[in-house]
Amino acid sequence: MVETSATFLGLPTPLWQALGLTLRLAAITTVILGLIGLPLAHWLNTSRHRLAPFIETLVALPIVLPPTVIGFYLLVAFSPQHAPGSWWQAIAGTPLAFTFTGLVIASVFYSLPFAVQPFQAALRSVPIELLDAATSLGTSPRRVFWRVHVPLARHGVAAGLTLAFAHTLGEFGVVLMIGGSIPGVTKVASIALYDEVQKLNYPAAHAFAAVLLVLSFCLLLTVTFLQRRQR
Amino acid sequence: MILRVLFFVTAVSGLNAAETLRVAAAANLVHAMTDLTAAFQDTHPDIKVETSFGASGSLVAQIKHGAPYDVFLSADLDYPQALIATEHAREDSLTIFAVGQLALWSSHAERDMRDLATTLRSPSIQKIAIANPATAPYGRAARQALMQLGLWTLLQPKLVIAENISQTAQFVDSGNADLGFVALSSLKSPPLAGRGAWQIVPASLHSPLVQGAVITKRGADNPAARKFMDFLRSDVARNVFARYGYDVPASRE
Repeated sequence: MVETSATFLGLPTPLWQALGLTLRLAAITTVILGLIGLPLAHWLNTSRHRLAPFIETLVALPIVLPPTVIGFYLLVAFSPQHAPGSWWQAIAGTPLAFTFTGLVIASVFYSLPFAVQPFQAALRSVPIELLDAATSLGTSPRRVFWRVHVPLARHGVAAGLTLAFAHTLGEFGVVLMIGGSIPGVTKVASIALYDEVQKLNYPAAHAFAAVLLVLSFCLLLTVTFLQRRQR
Repeated sequence: MILRVLFFVTAVSGLNAAETLRVAAAANLVHAMTDLTAAFQDTHPDIKVETSFGASGSLVAQIKHGAPYDVFLSADLDYPQALIATEHAREDSLTIFAVGQLALWSSHAERDMRDLATTLRSPSIQKIAIANPATAPYGRAARQALMQLGLWTLLQPKLVIAENISQTAQFVDSGNADLGFVALSSLKSPPLAGRGAWQIVPASLHSPLVQGAVITKRGADNPAARKFMDFLRSDVARNVFARYGYDVPASRE
């Protein structure tokens, strides 16, 4: 029953594997959230559409929703027995549950508000006159947004990206429901830590918890510094 | 304010403390426990039974950290014995109440399940769910069976690990896994009975799932714990276990 494994820097290699996987998941999720979150935040800030308040509420929902609710709906959605899981199965040939891609999709939903809300605040903080000046020079709105607006809001945008990254690191409930704990594929850091505790393997659990604690603290400290510069 | 609410909630839930029996039960018992509790309360209407489910290993970790359970129903004998060894449970209370059966299950009724190895090797199978062998005895039995069949290494890329045996069934039921090593009791229970196709994993492929129960150190002071253990040995309880596909030990009466 005892699984012996090599260690690296005092930690068992499976834990490093889980940590590497988590960082990769968080990085990919953060890039996607930057690409869809910035235009979404801008649209929410400026839109007078009747549905805008509802979409803004939907985006914020993962802050209050139990992760198991998200996990349950994703599990149902991913099932190849019906749409949209069956569409994915037809295109990709494999089901989405228990895959890294499935975790990325879950993480984008789960961390969306943690990126979009700081983005909204950051974009709002840029004086409108600067943007009007750029627009009056004949630059297209899209160019003004990506080349002027976002760079001027860069500290707040970076804070949003860092927060989304950190929040994805802490994902647990959603992954527990759709992950299947596959080493190197879906066994992220929080799940690996949970497994070590369940096995009563406290030395590994301690080491791992400490790494996650320090990492999360450093990320949040970065957010704090970025937000102080924004002001 | 929050503290006040918490105090109120804990005070209310503690009102009937003397009449309450807290049971920690292995996840394979999730369906049988409903019937067992109902049958127990027929004869003991004054005792309120509250049951928590989980992988046996998870429940043992909780009990070692002071979780307030009076009785622990495991999916094996090792975990109850581990609790006895560390004096978290009473040795004289150890009771074998059932022998579980492992089954390979597919939610597709048309799947050919006649030969286990052939079914498992089928290229159309993408994901096979098993319970975590590190904490769930049914997952450990599944691993033993796969090793006996010489498929453990080959099927590694297709295995998905569920938290406990209930989640294993749920992975298959939701269609996200094609096959799963589940407890036969799940397939005998109302939500899953008659669904899909299944085959019993021969007991010769894994060590027997002899399931034992113990009274915890905390439960030693609760008279209801002793009554529940006596009930587990009764014909009424044995009939419930038999109905859910368990083998029951010969009566000692």
